[in-house]
Amino acid sequence: MIITQEKPLEEIMYYLKGSKNVLVAGCDGCNQPPRGLREARSLALLIEMASKLEGEELACDYVTLIKQCDDKIAHSTLSPLVEKVDIIVSLSCGIGVQVLSDVLEGTLIVPAQDTIFMGSEEREMGTVSERCSACGLCVLGSTGGICPIARCSKSLLNGPCGGSQEGKCEVDEDVDCAWQLIYDRLKSIDGLDIMRIIAPPKDWSTSTHGGTRKIPKEMMFMDRPRRETE
Amino acid sequence: MKAESNLEKILQKGEFAVTGELGPPQSADPEVIRNKVGILKGSVDAANITDNQTAIVRLSSIAAGVLMLGEELEPVVQMTCRDRNRLAIQSDILGAASLELKNLLCLTGDHQTFGNHPGSKNVFDIDSIQLIQMVKEMRDDNKFQCGDEIKVPPKMFIGGAANPFGDPFEFRVIRLAKKVEAGVDFIQTQGIYDVERFEKWMEGVREEGLDKKVHILGGVIPFKSAGAARYIKNKVPGMVVPDELVERMKKASDQKKEGVKIAIETIEQLKNMKGVHGVHIMAIEWEKKVPEIAEGAGLLPRPKVA
Repeated sequence: MIITQEKPLEEIMYYLKGSKNVLVAGCDGCNQPPRGLREARSLALLIEMASKLEGEELACDYVTLIKQCDDKIAHSTLSPLVEKVDIIVSLSCGIGVQVLSDVLEGTLIVPAQDTIFMGSEEREMGTVSERCSACGLCVLGSTGGICPIARCSKSLLNGPCGGSQEGKCEVDEDVDCAWQLIYDRLKSIDGLDIMRIIAPPKDWSTSTHGGTRKIPKEMMFMDRPRRETE
Repeated sequence: MKAESNLEKILQKGEFAVTGELGPPQSADPEVIRNKVGILKGSVDAANITDNQTAIVRLSSIAAGVLMLGEELEPVVQMTCRDRNRLAIQSDILGAASLELKNLLCLTGDHQTFGNHPGSKNVFDIDSIQLIQMVKEMRDDNKFQCGDEIKVPPKMFIGGAANPFGDPFEFRVIRLAKKVEAGVDFIQTQGIYDVERFEKWMEGVREEGLDKKVHILGGVIPFKSAGAARYIKNKVPGMVVPDELVERMKKASDQKKEGVKIAIETIEQLKNMKGVHGVHIMAIEWEKKVPEIAEGAGLLPRPKVA
């Protein structure tokens, strides 16, 4: 899922200067951290309190959407409500904020969250970690199901650098070395031979380095016309 | 001969090679380079010039290499994948070759969070193994990475690094095998303190026959003090320092002298190790000790090769 982190209230209040009617829109799509109805309500209360302290009169309502990134849901839920609001504060990721901007012409949408990565909750640690960089050419089939693009600090493709020590990454001793994990996993399934093969330079054109990515929906299926690099 | 560098000739002749290391200044002052060359010259066959080492901005390694040539010490230009994509790397390699630089050490590079611009964007378009392969194909197949032809190819003697002290240990020989397959000509290892672990790695290297395919230069970093030994042990990623060496440094009445002594002893052990073809002495910001270490280890005078 898409992981986000709350922005400081001061930053949100900066966007709201001069607004009279604000709507906080939650999102039930990804829930790390939760940002649905309850969170929308808390933020609405906080916004009202903060504006009162600044001597301003601001009314803040709240609502939640099953998925802000779905334009049909966004349109049908929010269209009837926008007439009376000056600005919508979105609790969604950056995608939700932009979908709302697309479907609600003439209403300003501001983010209440910083979108940080695509990831999942770790099994034991009580932390969420990055798992995918959406590079566009998945290598998990040859890396034991562990992504070196997202999880190696240098996105290396040919094994651990010299800074891997006792299973940890040189950049942060709290971060596992992705290539140690890959090595251990491949060893456990008797697949270490694959680590002897030199992985050629990656084609990053399918990643953000090729410019904004856009595909026709029919290209999302297996019988699509293939790109030459595949 | 691949590049006809002095280092290549020395190794080709079967001499025990000695390389040093020179850190360019964090300024535009060429005198810093010239002074350091003055110290190292005569004690080493060639000297590495670091490429924004530990991700701290310094005078460019290619420019420093040209300054070194002017002082008649052969440079080994270090090139990391952290700051340049494949376009910039290939362009710099052509430029370096056109300026008569003949040795290139291909590295992944320290992560930028260690340096003085931690908020910068890294590149890592390719990794060190892919870099080695790219330089080899530029040199031997007259081809850019994209496959386009190079009319005048860059003749580089290609180096790589190996760290027998990184984990997983069992992968470290495989990683070297990949570098050899990619086309590396010589290897400089991480600083060796745990000689036993290094010897174990060399055993694996010999078992795979890699010592016959690549020249391995063992890395030696003299301790400046007991504090430095502790720092390297605890703070520098990918380094192993046995406790007894830290103890020995702590007990020494003259710690600087003891550091040099340990370096000399390590070199003596490396000289007798099968498959080790030289040493790489890294005394960054302590270059003045290199002649003393080389002398003490019986490596002087350096042989002249035509």
